[in-house]
Order: sequence, then structure tokens, then C-alpha cells
Amino acid sequence: MEECNDNISFFKEGLRLDSRRPDELRPIKIEAGVLARADGSCYIEMGGNKVIAAVYGPREVHPRHLQEVTRAIVRYRYNMASFSVEERKRPGPDRRSHEISKVSREALEPVILTSYFPRSVIDVFVEVLQADAGTRTAGINAASVALADAGIPMKSMISACAAGKVGDTLVLDPMKEEDNFGQADMPVAMTPNGDITLLQMDGRFTKDEFSQALEMAMKGCREIYELQRKCLIGKYAQLETEPFLEVQVCD
Amino acid sequence: MDRKVVIPGDLLSEDIKKSGEGTYVKNEKVYSLLYGLANYRDKINVIPLAGKYVPAPGDNVIGVVKDITFSNWIVDINSPYDGLLHISEFPKRIESDEMSNYLRIGSSIMTRVKDVDSTMKVELTLSDRKLGLIKTGRIIEISHTRVPRLIGKGGSMISMLKKELNCNIFVGQNGRSWINGSSEDMDLALKTVLLIEKEAHTNGLTDRIVEYLKKEKGAKS
Repeated sequence: MEECNDNISFFKEGLRLDSRRPDELRPIKIEAGVLARADGSCYIEMGGNKVIAAVYGPREVHPRHLQEVTRAIVRYRYNMASFSVEERKRPGPDRRSHEISKVSREALEPVILTSYFPRSVIDVFVEVLQADAGTRTAGINAASVALADAGIPMKSMISACAAGKVGDTLVLDPMKEEDNFGQADMPVAMTPNGDITLLQMDGRFTKDEFSQALEMAMKGCREIYELQRKCLIGKYAQLETEPFLEVQVCD
Repeated sequence: MDRKVVIPGDLLSEDIKKSGEGTYVKNEKVYSLLYGLANYRDKINVIPLAGKYVPAPGDNVIGVVKDITFSNWIVDINSPYDGLLHISEFPKRIESDEMSNYLRIGSSIMTRVKDVDSTMKVELTLSDRKLGLIKTGRIIEISHTRVPRLIGKGGSMISMLKKELNCNIFVGQNGRSWINGSSEDMDLALKTVLLIEKEAHTNGLTDRIVEYLKKEKGAKS
């Protein structure tokens, strides 16, 4: 991470460049069940991030040698579209997306009851359509809603959110400018009762700052959990009042 | 009946004896495992709104033969796990080389799950009069989570449908149903089943379906 550049000011009259308070999340929009073919799906916007998650399964494992006799395996693919960032991203998996896929899978696996579906696979695909710092947390939030939408048994939902440090101040949910020129960035994923399933850190925090940032990120996660919950419950309420919208599929 | 939409991890009760299907117990409390409708009766059950069919012994299912091996038909039962129908489960004694004379690839069959082991090897059987190859009629596929509503409490919905629609209906637990009757009756039956799937989560469904059928029939005559 780059050292703090003194020429850049991150705050104006106590507010951030996008006029947020330091402990405020970016606006979030979540929608479940957006894809007709997937067993479960979710589209999320977190500030400038636009991410879509699709869940398939449990289904038969291909290739066969990956299958496990006593439980389902979980596969998570994080992928950034070539047009998701300002400078065209070379398409395809790279070091970064491999790592994010792995940590995100490990963030979700502890709550999924894989033992219910031996010899099968649960596939999670996360596509980043537009990136604005914090795509892995957006991806995990979307994947968690998509898994619930697919009817997969889980002990709880997972919510994720990052905290960072810019200009020696702790901030919640850093945006691109703060991420690029800030001093630290720490994504956190957790269950609503506070069990942390993902904790990464880039940059430097003092011990006190770390606990404060963690507290801040956990508060953000709880807010996101409420939105995830509202989205899922709202989907059903909509079904009850409005006539069902037929999904047209071209074959 | 008290029903509520819940999501995974929702606290349902502090009484562990109330833990039913789709729930789990942690620290003496009952939580939801699924995104679905929680039913509060003697026990709390969470009925999922989506999900794949997992075979259980005794389930009637409708399958499609997708492969034939030396002594088994491999049957797609609309589930992550394929069904195996052994040659000895066929009602008649047949030889291995004549298996495809009776059930070919693509044949639809009404069958029953005989046994499922811990590795999810699913054994099927045809040894019942009402099971066997489907020769006429139509098959409709709905989500298996809606099947309990299609059957109704104590079979109320399905027996009403059979009577009102003049059709023979076989409901598979895997979400596939076989309907046989005159072609107009089947058209109406298909529409009705789809309507039930669409409104499966609402209350007083059987009464509304009776109304619907009355209206549809009135429009015709």
C-alpha cells in the first residue's frame, strides 16, 4: 500500500470526499433472484461496486475426482469483468482473483451445512461488473444472499465490510480514492452474532487502531445484515401482493 | 396457522423440544437453517422456498431413464443424485440383454425410492401395481418444495383435483407429476398445478383453487 500522500486531503469539514461521515457506509442496494437459470442469485450495489452472484447446486461434481464421499464441496469463483475498472483488466483468472476466491470460499463454508449433500458440489459464481474498492466484501454479501435464495441450509447469513485508515483517521467502507491512497484496508466477514470468518489486513494499524477498526467494520457488517434480511423477506412480500412476474427464457 | 418468513440464523424458539425440520439447535436455542416459511405448531418446521430434491426412502417419484448398464437402469429423478433401478426390481423376470426392450433411454417411469445409503446411492423399485412405465398422459414439473401444497393436508387438495378435473394424477415427491385424462381436462389440470405452484405460500389455497376451477369450467360451458 502506498504511503500517505500529504498533498491529498481526504476530509472536508469533517466529512469524506463523497460527503460521508467516517463511520458511514456507502448506499447499498440488494436484489435477490435476478437470474432465471441459476438456483439462487443476487445483485448488489455497494457505492460504485456492482456485483452479481449466482449459485448452482447442490449438483453432481465434475470432474469426478473432486467429489467427497461425506460432504458437498463448495466452489467459489470471483471474477472481474474486463470493463469493471478504468484501465481494461486482462480477462481471466489471475493471482489476485485466485486469492479472493479462496478467502471468500472460506468465509462462507463454515455456515453451509455441507454434510447434508454428500458427493455433490455447490458452485458460487461472483462477477464484478463495476469495481470501486471493496469488491470482495460486496461479493461475499451477494453470495450469502444467493445461497439463501437457492435454499441451501446455512447456520446463518454472512455479512462483510471493510474498514480502513486514511490521513490518520479510521474510516468505514473505503471507496476507491481512499483505498488507493490510504494507509490501511481491512476487510472483515462475519455472522450476525459476531463470529468472524474472514479477516484480512493490508497496510499498518497500531494495536488500538486495529481494535477500533475491527469494531467499526463489525458495526458495518451488522448494518449490511439488516439490508440482506430486508431484501430476502421483501422478495416474499412482493410475491404475496403483486401478481407473479413470469420469467421469459429464450430457448 | 401461524406462519412467518425467516432467513438462515433466525432465532425461532428457546425451547429445544420445538426443533423440527429445517432448524438446528445451538446453546439450547432453536434457529432456522433455511430461507423459507416457519410453521409454528407443536414443532417449528421451516419449509424452504427453493432447493433441490433429496431422495428419501418411500418417496414416490417420476424419473427418466438416462442410461442402461449391465444390470441397472440409471434414472434421472430431478435431484443431484441419480436413481438406480436394478433389473431384479422390475416386476417381471428379464435378462440383462433385453433390458432395453422394456425401459429404454428416455422412458419416463413412475417409481419409488426403496433405499438411500449414507453415500446417497439411491435404489429404486417398481414392485407395486401403481408404479411402472408411463405410456400416456402428460408430465409437469414444479419445484419439489411446492409438492406438499399440491397434495394438501391429508391429501385434501389432490383428491379434490382428481374429482373436479376428471383426471388421474400421480404426484412425485421430486416435483414431477403425471396427469392422465381427456385433452381439455389435462389442459386445465396443467394450468391449475402451475397456479398452485405460484401461490403455494399463501393461506386458504384449496378453497381458492375450488373457486378457480368453478370459474374456469363455467367459462367453458
